[in-house]
Order: sequence, then structure tokens, then C-alpha cells
Amino acid sequence: MERIDVDGISIEALVHGAGRPLLYLHGIDHFAPQVPFLHRLGDHFRVVAPRHPGFGKTARPAWMRNVSDIAYLYLDLLDRLGLEDTILVGSSFGGWVALEMAVRANARLGGLVLIDTLGLKFGGRDDVEITDIYALPADEAVARTFADPAKAPNYATYDDAAMEEVARDREAAVLYGWRPYMHNPGLRHWLHRVKMPSLVIWGEQDRIVAPSYGAHLTQRLQNARFLPVTNAGHYPMIEQPERVATAIEAFARENAR
Amino acid sequence: MMHTWHFSEMAYHPAWAQLNESYRVIIPSRLYDPKIGADLYHRYLDEWALCDELGINIMTNEHHATATCADSVCTIPMAILARETKKVRLLALGMPIANRENPIRVAEEYSMLDVISRGRIEMGFVKGVPFEISPANSNPADLMERFWEAHDLILKAMTSHDGPFSWEGTHFHYRSVNIWPRPYQQPHPPVWMPVGSPGSAREAASRGIVIGVLNTGWAATPGIFGAYRETAAQHGREATPHHLAYMALIGVGRTREEGWRRADQILDYSRTSGVVAPQFANPPGYVAPAMAATAIKGTATTARATRLQTRDGKPINPRTVNVEDAINAGLVFAGTPDDVWDQLKAFYDHVGGFGHLLMMGQGGHISHEDTVDNLTMFSKEVLPRMAELA
Repeated sequence: MERIDVDGISIEALVHGAGRPLLYLHGIDHFAPQVPFLHRLGDHFRVVAPRHPGFGKTARPAWMRNVSDIAYLYLDLLDRLGLEDTILVGSSFGGWVALEMAVRANARLGGLVLIDTLGLKFGGRDDVEITDIYALPADEAVARTFADPAKAPNYATYDDAAMEEVARDREAAVLYGWRPYMHNPGLRHWLHRVKMPSLVIWGEQDRIVAPSYGAHLTQRLQNARFLPVTNAGHYPMIEQPERVATAIEAFARENAR
Repeated sequence: MMHTWHFSEMAYHPAWAQLNESYRVIIPSRLYDPKIGADLYHRYLDEWALCDELGINIMTNEHHATATCADSVCTIPMAILARETKKVRLLALGMPIANRENPIRVAEEYSMLDVISRGRIEMGFVKGVPFEISPANSNPADLMERFWEAHDLILKAMTSHDGPFSWEGTHFHYRSVNIWPRPYQQPHPPVWMPVGSPGSAREAASRGIVIGVLNTGWAATPGIFGAYRETAAQHGREATPHHLAYMALIGVGRTREEGWRRADQILDYSRTSGVVAPQFANPPGYVAPAMAATAIKGTATTARATRLQTRDGKPINPRTVNVEDAINAGLVFAGTPDDVWDQLKAFYDHVGGFGHLLMMGQGGHISHEDTVDNLTMFSKEVLPRMAELA
């Protein structure tokens, strides 16, 4: 992991590979199991995967408490690194951050990939579109997150430092996303601003946010395609890393400048 | 003179037989019969009102979505008792100010109660147990930051008497704060907070807040009181005994057997109040990441449960604890008046003294008649001896 300073914030980031820039924004937790996938993406991309402020070993400034703050920080990160024609990939909570970036500015972005993203509310006030994972018993949360629960991280193998990182990830996700729960009520009204080519990838067995939510999001974007992934839940890049990596590579080729 | 406070959670114990893995958060309210509930409310209020004659002060609290405590608004029984009683003091321990949306409303409730009671209110502010997070839908990751901002705003609202002031903080925003009535006691009623660790005792001590140490027992309590005294001295504050309160479950009887039987019934409080579906016991951010990490890893017990032990180090499971072990651990004082006095005095000496005894004299299945007798015997046989303490 490397350190990148942006706006006085020292961001911990995995930087790997060579090629077209790809900014990868991770989800609520389970960062460590995604590292092999990020290395795989490095075959064709220069991958930059920051740990969001408050997550992992990136300190959160006390004033930073909104997802839009993270979005502005990463728009500055793109400037700071001088990245052009970047493929922006966001999973789960990181997809929400990616959308908040994409509705604000697109000069350095060449394509948007959303994987089982959060951040939006389409239904009525009584509709639960994003499962309250904090109200679920641990085993049920795993069962709803993974198509194959055996793919879930085995915390018995984590040392204290790795466990503490998981706890920090969960705490930070809650800080940004507790209420309204994992979405910005206004964001859906700005989706028309996302005109760049977009790919919406969804685990068919995701029971945190259903594929129908992703399909609906795809329709609301200007130039998007929906790609369901079989035998995958909320984190397809953990359960089907090769298929997700291949799909992102194909999307980038189709949308080369 | 040590002060005694009678505390009841206004339990709705008729539902307990139908509960197993959780007594909180997710239990359906169809298990609550409002007709039985009405009788229970009146009964508990009668027991508190009796305290005015017995010279025992009154303590309320609040919890949400639970059959262990049907007092979901701590200031409602206080409002009734502010008029029904004339002499004793009224403590809410208390108001979950990090979970309430509106600190100004809290300042108004406490001020109005203070005026109606002619200055008999003591105001507790609580962080709240982790399983209060879900019913309140309050963010656990910045809970204490919100707690202290609410605390500061409430005190400023109660002590500002020259018209509106503006508050634009991190969590609360008001352009015109100007509460009426202002409190009866000047500058404001005494402030309490419950404390379960030396760290939080230090936070309270640095601000001169009275701490209510709730049933932490023989092993943990000296360290908590010690941390308070030490920090108060560092801040140039005097830590009087009346800055320190300890809550015990108390059963007094004519015979040891009768006192123990009453204590055993009150212990149903300890046996039920911590029983909650585990996903609500450790909301992310409620405790520091290092502690949260151990809970995620699967050793998910509450910090409190792991801390309780007898004075010779035997761990205590609150769900199954018996009277003998609970007495040994300093959680219960029970038996004849002499027994109770001896146990109280030994605990008092062991922890270096304290000025308030929070007496849980009711808890669940103990009957109204037994509760009245328990409180009356305590008042007549134990209370007079407490003049020599603190």
C-alpha cells in the first residue's frame, strides 16, 4: 500500500499495474479479499484503489462526514495524479461515491463501472431497497451477501491488526451511511448528468440490494448496459473475479478514445 | 449522610415467559397488553410515591422497544411524581441525549419539571446502551461527539437568561435558543451520568458531573471511583462523596430467607436486561475499533458481561446469577436489615466511600406487597444507620 497526499489528507492506496488509469472505490468492508482482483486488473490498467477517509489506515478529518466530501476528495485525487480518460469503478458503498463524483464532474473520466452499488432510493417510504445489514444476525448477513457463504472472509484467520481494520471499515461506513441509510435522497434526480459510457454489474444472488435495483438504475443512466453475474452476491469481484475483470477490460476496449 | 434512591425500570414482566433470545428491539408489541400495562404503571408510580413518606429519593430511567423497561419516556413518571411528591428528590438517569433529536426540548422538559417540583430535579444524561441505537436510529459512529454537544447546548440553554442565542454546531443548529421556563435551581439542576469504566469516569470528573456506577460490583468499582477522584484532583475539583453513586439490587426481609427471596426476584432484572439479539449488541462505532474487532471475530459478549466477577475472581453470568454469588460480587445487598447494613458497609469501605445508594428495590416478578415491605423495611431499619456514611 502507498500513501498519496491530497488536500492535506494522507490517503492509503493500493497502486498496481500499468495501462489506462482505473480508480477503484471499495465498498463497506471485505477489502482484503478484493486485493487479488485488484492485482488481476493491474494486467491491463494502472489501478489506484484508495482507502476512503476513516477506512483502513486513512485517517478521517473530523469535519469529513458526507459521501460528497469523499467524492470531492477523489476528484482532487484525479487532478493530483493527472489521470486522463479514467475508468471509474465503484462497488457497493464505493459505487455511491463514484456516482456522486460522476454527477459533479466528468473531465477526467472515460467510463463508469458500478458493481452492486448503493446510494440511491427509487421506491416509496415503506419500501426497503437496501437491506439493513446491521439488523441481521451475522450468519444471515453473510448468507445475503455471498452466493456461496464459503467465499466469505474467515475472520478466524485474521490477526488483530487485520481485524481492527475491518472494525474501522464498518465504523466509517456507518458514519457516512447510517441515516438516510446508505443513500442520498436527491442523487437519483441528478443521474441524467452521467452521460459517459457506463456498465452496471450485479451479482444475481445479491440479497443486500436486488438485481432489479441495478436494472432500474441502468435505465436511468444515459448510456449504460446491465450485466448480471451468476453465482455471485453483493461482491462479485470476490466470488467471480475473473469474469468481472474480463467484463471491465471489454468495457474499456469498447470505449477507448 | 448517604442518600438513597429507589429505582425501578417499570418492567413489563408478563411478556417475559414468551421471550427467549431477545428481550429487546425486535419483540412484537402484540405481547404487551395495555390493560395489564396500565395496572403496572399505576402500581410502580404508587411505589415511587410511597418513597416520599419513607425518605427515599426517586430514580427513573428509560429504554426503548423492550419488555424489561416499559418506561420509554423518563420524564413522564417524573412529571407525575413532581406533583404527587413533596419532599424527596427526583433523578432521571436518564435522558439519552445522543439519541434524542432535540436538546432544546430536553432543556425545556427538565426546566419545567424543576419548576413544578420546586427545585427537586437531578438531571441525568446517558450515552445509552448499544441496543438503544436501533430504536433511535441514531448514528453510533459519532455518538459521544453528539452527546457532549447536546450536553453543552442544554446547559447553555438552561443558564442563558438574556434572550435568544445562536447555536450552529456540528450536530445541532438553532438560530434562536431561548427556553421558558428557566430552571428553579440555579444555575441548573445537578448533572449526572452513568459510568461503567475508568475512562468515562475521568470524562465526568473533568466536568464535575455526578457519576452513577450501575451494578459494576466488587471488582470493577474501586477502579472507577479511583479514576474519578484522581481526575477531579488533577482538575482542581473536589470529588465529594456526593459525586459518586453506586447502584445495587436490594432485598430486605424479616428473615434472611425473606430478604434473599426478594433479592432473587429483583435479580430477574439482571437476568433479562442484557438479553438481546447479538447483532444489536455491538453496532459499528459504538466502541473503539480494537474492542469492536474482538466482537466481530465472534467473541461477541457485551463488555459488561465479561467484567462481572465475585470478589475471588469467579466470572458471573448475569443471566443465571444466584443471590449468594451476587452478594459476594457486590451486586446485591440482601437478607435481614443487619445483613444488608453489613454488606453495604463492607462495600462502602472497599470502594473508599460514596454518597448515593441507587437502590433497585423492584425488578420484575417481585410483588407490590413485597416491594412496599422491602422499601419500608429499608427505610426504617437500614436508612437511619446510613447517617454515619458519607
